[in-house]
Amino acid sequence: MDVRPRVAIHKFASCSGCQLAFVNMGTDLIELSRLVEIVHMAEVGHIASDEEEVDIAFIEGSITTPHDVDRLKRIRAHSSYLITMGACATSGGIQALRNHADSAEWMRSIYAKPEYIHSLSTSAAIANHVKVDFELWGCPVSVRQMLGAVRSFLFGVAPQVLGEKVCQECKRRGNNCILVTQGQACMGPVTRTGCGALCPSFGAPCYTCYGPAESTNASSFGQCLMGLGLDSDQVARKFASINNAAPAFSEATQMFSGKTWMEE
Amino acid sequence: MNETRYLPRTALGLLIEAIQDGGYRVIGPRPEIGQGGLAFREISGVEDLPQGVVDHQSPGRYRLEGSGSARNFSWANTASAIKPYVFAPREKLWRVVRKEGRLSFESMQHELQKTAILGVRACDLAALAIQDAHFLEATYRDPYYKARREKLLLVAVNCSHAAATCFCASTGDGPEVVSGFDILLDELDEGFLLRTGTTRGAVIVADLPCEPASSEQIRQAWDQLQHCREQQRALPPASELAGFADKLDDPRWAEIAERCLACGNCTAVCPTCFCHREFDSPALDGVSTERWRDADSCFNADHSYIAGQIVHPGTRERYRQWMTHKLLSWTEQYGRTGCTGCGRCITWCPAGIDFAEEANIILAKKGAAT
Repeated sequence: MDVRPRVAIHKFASCSGCQLAFVNMGTDLIELSRLVEIVHMAEVGHIASDEEEVDIAFIEGSITTPHDVDRLKRIRAHSSYLITMGACATSGGIQALRNHADSAEWMRSIYAKPEYIHSLSTSAAIANHVKVDFELWGCPVSVRQMLGAVRSFLFGVAPQVLGEKVCQECKRRGNNCILVTQGQACMGPVTRTGCGALCPSFGAPCYTCYGPAESTNASSFGQCLMGLGLDSDQVARKFASINNAAPAFSEATQMFSGKTWMEE
Repeated sequence: MNETRYLPRTALGLLIEAIQDGGYRVIGPRPEIGQGGLAFREISGVEDLPQGVVDHQSPGRYRLEGSGSARNFSWANTASAIKPYVFAPREKLWRVVRKEGRLSFESMQHELQKTAILGVRACDLAALAIQDAHFLEATYRDPYYKARREKLLLVAVNCSHAAATCFCASTGDGPEVVSGFDILLDELDEGFLLRTGTTRGAVIVADLPCEPASSEQIRQAWDQLQHCREQQRALPPASELAGFADKLDDPRWAEIAERCLACGNCTAVCPTCFCHREFDSPALDGVSTERWRDADSCFNADHSYIAGQIVHPGTRERYRQWMTHKLLSWTEQYGRTGCTGCGRCITWCPAGIDFAEEANIILAKKGAAT
């Protein structure tokens, strides 16, 4: 009898980039397939019903249609643990920008017969609809992060997730701060670590891929950005990025732009 | 060894070569092309050093500017001091493998290369002495720090100008280097005054084309240092820092927390901060794991996570912990404060929080800082 834990990897509204963290594991993918049974992963051709019983369901993507809601509830009902991976599943993703728009109006302006489109007016995080046991941030999540998470689940412990800011990893890498030396609007001081400070290590400003860090002071940081020369609308747009619907960033966006920030 | 000699500027390359001939890799200040500012990196020769570069520092801001001078050390300090070269911000400590029902531990320490750091400042050396007290002279001796420290050759250069963020004169740690160096330079327009502090320093400079220093050159170096002592910022006198014990409920802490980003940049650039955390990085097969150590910050929630609760839950408590540890409880632990007046926590704070000014405000010494 196969005693390997059964794992399913489901996709909702997303670019599929987080699932690639599994595909890109290299030889570890072979080891992974020895340790767990991958029951469902459409990206590589494993297809199972949403009602297949699994130990862990990894969820990529956000919830944007009534059909998504039904499917997610079925998956939840048949999974012992449900783990979100990535910005879309954890905060609603870049597509949550639509939450502030008139989606019916957009539909009318794009589709000849909008009545055929069955879409929710919002893009929501998985946790807005079902209980989530663990959240993995990132856009996308990294191979290292997924390996660490899977190994922890196999050991029966929660993965170590750091809430610290990108700045600390940036400093560990020996980088000089581009905000301080060049006045670049780097979002590291409000963004959760996990990427290895990838962008600032190459002189490019952080743009919030891993979502809000623990103890984020968006109000003060927005003022810092204005001190660097951004106007309040530009500050709002800095927060209204990949994780725009994460509460700390959503509130910051409102704070610096008012409620009409999506209207032209 | 304390005889002061003169080394012409054209012979600086020879000094670097002499150090390299002694088996050292040479770390020196280098302009960072992508990220701006200066950082201590490996240099191959004098051509890698900044020349005619002056730094302008203020809260949350660091800029370099060309001055047209021939000087290589006309800046106040770099972003990270020399801390990463002794207390590594990330390192693998050991590895353990499950073998035939037993655990087999493997050391990850390996032979290190001898390392010389050129351009070390008085505040950096004072900070190194503080780190030595923590890592080498306390009950627990850190073998990883010790291995690097023993391989270190320190070539200090006295400051010729103070940044607006410097306050070493008020902590008593600068601007003049008085101890802890192997070789000490004062940079003048045409060359350097050179002294040695150790025998190995003296051996390295033995064959350099030095001349006796003139009294005029010595006076110029002294004038430079005097100029550096006129600093814009100052900490309250050490004798008054005990006053923090009565200021733990001061409303100023909450005001600072409104600005503080809890990003930990101050602790990362602080040359005396030594906090770290350890974590495991198990291989996917579950048979082996590596034990790692990262520099940590008291601005992180998990830094004060003990027995199911976070002792410093908010930024107010975390900033208060950082400042009162540096300026108050550090003295109980190590016999002096944990601040050498380098001013990095001011410059590299994205929110521009002024540590020296805040200390003065909290101790009700508002007039002492600008």
